[in-house]
Amino acid sequence: MAQMNMKEAIRDAMRVELKRDPNVLVFGEDVGKVGGVFRATEGLQGEFGETRVFDTPLAESAIGGLAVGLGTQGFRPVAEIQFVGFIFEALDQMFVQAARLRYRSGGRYNAPIVFRTPFGGGVKAAELHTDALEGLAIQTPGIKVVIPSNPYDAKGLLISAIRDNDPVFFMEHLNLYHAFRDEVPEGDYTVPIGKAKVVREGKDVTIIAYGLMVHTALKAAEELEKAGVQAEVIDVRTLVPLDIDTIVASIQKTNRAIVVQEAQKTAGAAAEIIAQINEKAILHLEAPVLRCAPPDTVYPFAQIEDVWLPNPARIVKYVNQVLQF
Amino acid sequence: MSKVSMEVTAPAAGARAHEVRSADVEPLRVLSPEGEVVNSEFLPDLSDDQLKEIMYRMVFTRTWDERAINLGRQGRLGFYAPVSGQEATMVGSEYALTKDDYICPGYRDMPQIVWHGLPLYQAFLYSRGHQHGGQIPEGVNVLMPQIIIGAQILHATGIGMSFKLKNEKRVAITYTGDGGSSEGDFYEGLNFAGSFKLPVIYFVQNNGYAITTPFAKQTGAQSIAHKALAAGVRGIQVDGMDVLAVIAAVREAAEIARNGGGATLIEGLTYRYRPHSMADDTTKYRTKEEEAAWSEKDPLVRFGKYLEKKGLWSEEDTARVKEEAKAAVNEHIKKAEQTEKMTVPGLIDSMFEQTPPHLEEQKADFLG
Repeated sequence: MAQMNMKEAIRDAMRVELKRDPNVLVFGEDVGKVGGVFRATEGLQGEFGETRVFDTPLAESAIGGLAVGLGTQGFRPVAEIQFVGFIFEALDQMFVQAARLRYRSGGRYNAPIVFRTPFGGGVKAAELHTDALEGLAIQTPGIKVVIPSNPYDAKGLLISAIRDNDPVFFMEHLNLYHAFRDEVPEGDYTVPIGKAKVVREGKDVTIIAYGLMVHTALKAAEELEKAGVQAEVIDVRTLVPLDIDTIVASIQKTNRAIVVQEAQKTAGAAAEIIAQINEKAILHLEAPVLRCAPPDTVYPFAQIEDVWLPNPARIVKYVNQVLQF
Repeated sequence: MSKVSMEVTAPAAGARAHEVRSADVEPLRVLSPEGEVVNSEFLPDLSDDQLKEIMYRMVFTRTWDERAINLGRQGRLGFYAPVSGQEATMVGSEYALTKDDYICPGYRDMPQIVWHGLPLYQAFLYSRGHQHGGQIPEGVNVLMPQIIIGAQILHATGIGMSFKLKNEKRVAITYTGDGGSSEGDFYEGLNFAGSFKLPVIYFVQNNGYAITTPFAKQTGAQSIAHKALAAGVRGIQVDGMDVLAVIAAVREAAEIARNGGGATLIEGLTYRYRPHSMADDTTKYRTKEEEAAWSEKDPLVRFGKYLEKKGLWSEEDTARVKEEAKAAVNEHIKKAEQTEKMTVPGLIDSMFEQTPPHLEEQKADFLG
């Protein structure tokens, strides 16, 4: 086992798959020679050559469409969109052309593509570098959505994503790249897409989260424990497909839940999770399931992002609301 | 039409008539790196005071850039894209226009919009991630700096159309880099301008690198100026380290645009001395030799030599302007720091003309 931070684990996943499968290609803006703006692909071009790991011209729609074309010919593109806000330039290729390829061709073609992108707040980046845009993706039929919260999951999920025969939107939280190290096995292993994980057990309330918010929720759970509240924390890990069974099993035990998300409140992953809880577990609920999420504004300029994002205190407040309902 | 415009040439003997071919392009240069006039035909008509003002602005801009790097290191500025090396394209192109003309900048193009009228402290607030940075004062004809590469190219195209519809003799100018010329928005904007014959100047500051990716990997085109041919607009290449050549090219393009002659794509060959933003390491993607070779073409040195020979500028003038610039930066960063902080309720109220009920409700998390 090696100690890796999440960025190194992500790089290691690409290395494992580049080595294992000659059809895997890694490309995007600045990913080749210097290894990306966050160095997530550092060293891969040196190891695997310029035909398999390469810089593209600055054009996100072309990166997306190139991946679709390559995907129809048996390649497995791992395409990096340099920052999350730049997916808007590539939305047609990602969320229409890739996501509908299997449907349109009746299964004749498929898009075995991973679109990797860094996202996430709290680093005072420029506008459109940090937005949590997973809500757009989960509303798009035909594309899977994966958001790891730690190095071990990141590597195992990315390997699964690269091997998946359908397109996967793989969102990497900026604030987790260097946040901490984990024991990460060397070589080949997978974490299945579509399986949530209980990361802290508790009997009083369920806190559902993903990405960085898993860690914010865990901090809130520690605060709650001081007040005698045993919070269970679930890391959803993949939003499409969503492991609702793990969530329902937890609610059957706790009867109360909140969902924490970094994206704006309306029509996001939290809304979908709550809808499914209503469909599958409403008789187990003692209180409405609340969303702890930022308001429906544009992701704010750097100056107030820390206030805008959910924090442990706000999570505790929402938990107390469902406890006292 | 000037000599620097490209034209599709008649096929040479033995060439195939059905094959499109373009002439080579040589950048327009007025001053040699030693500050000698090498092309008097394109020497722009400028008074001594105007020449001194241009130098003043370039020295000021470089000093401001140097100070901004330090302020960034001190945590007093946020996202910042350095400009040193590009003063001739930035200062010169803005100087060639009138204040009625409209600027659609990318995020590096702060000097153009500040010289066009945006108060410097607002440029600092933009960097610090404060909404007031984008509240352009009435009468200052600029948009906010654009983050998405190339998006502003289309806005300039629309603004150019508005001038045409209103029969105003105004020009829109937009800036991007060599990387930006690969985006779909770039081609779409140019093509619209060609189709509608719009009064727009598309200025590409080709500084050789899109973050780390070199020009050779950016395009197979002979030059960025050549991309004008396919769109049916004029294409010009200019020595972007020569402020007089930049002014000549932009003045000519503006004149043509004002008189209904349509758009021009100008490629300025330049170099950014510093990293793309504060974060990247230039040693990973370019050589010291290359950096030194570009420093020898420095726009301030070149223009300074020209002015010194005319008796219009001296080292003392440079030193004086640097001090003035430092004082101005100090004053404006203080003003930026003293500007009232943003709040989330204020942010919520900035989303719509009338804040809807669901957003009023969402203020609850941030009050008290």
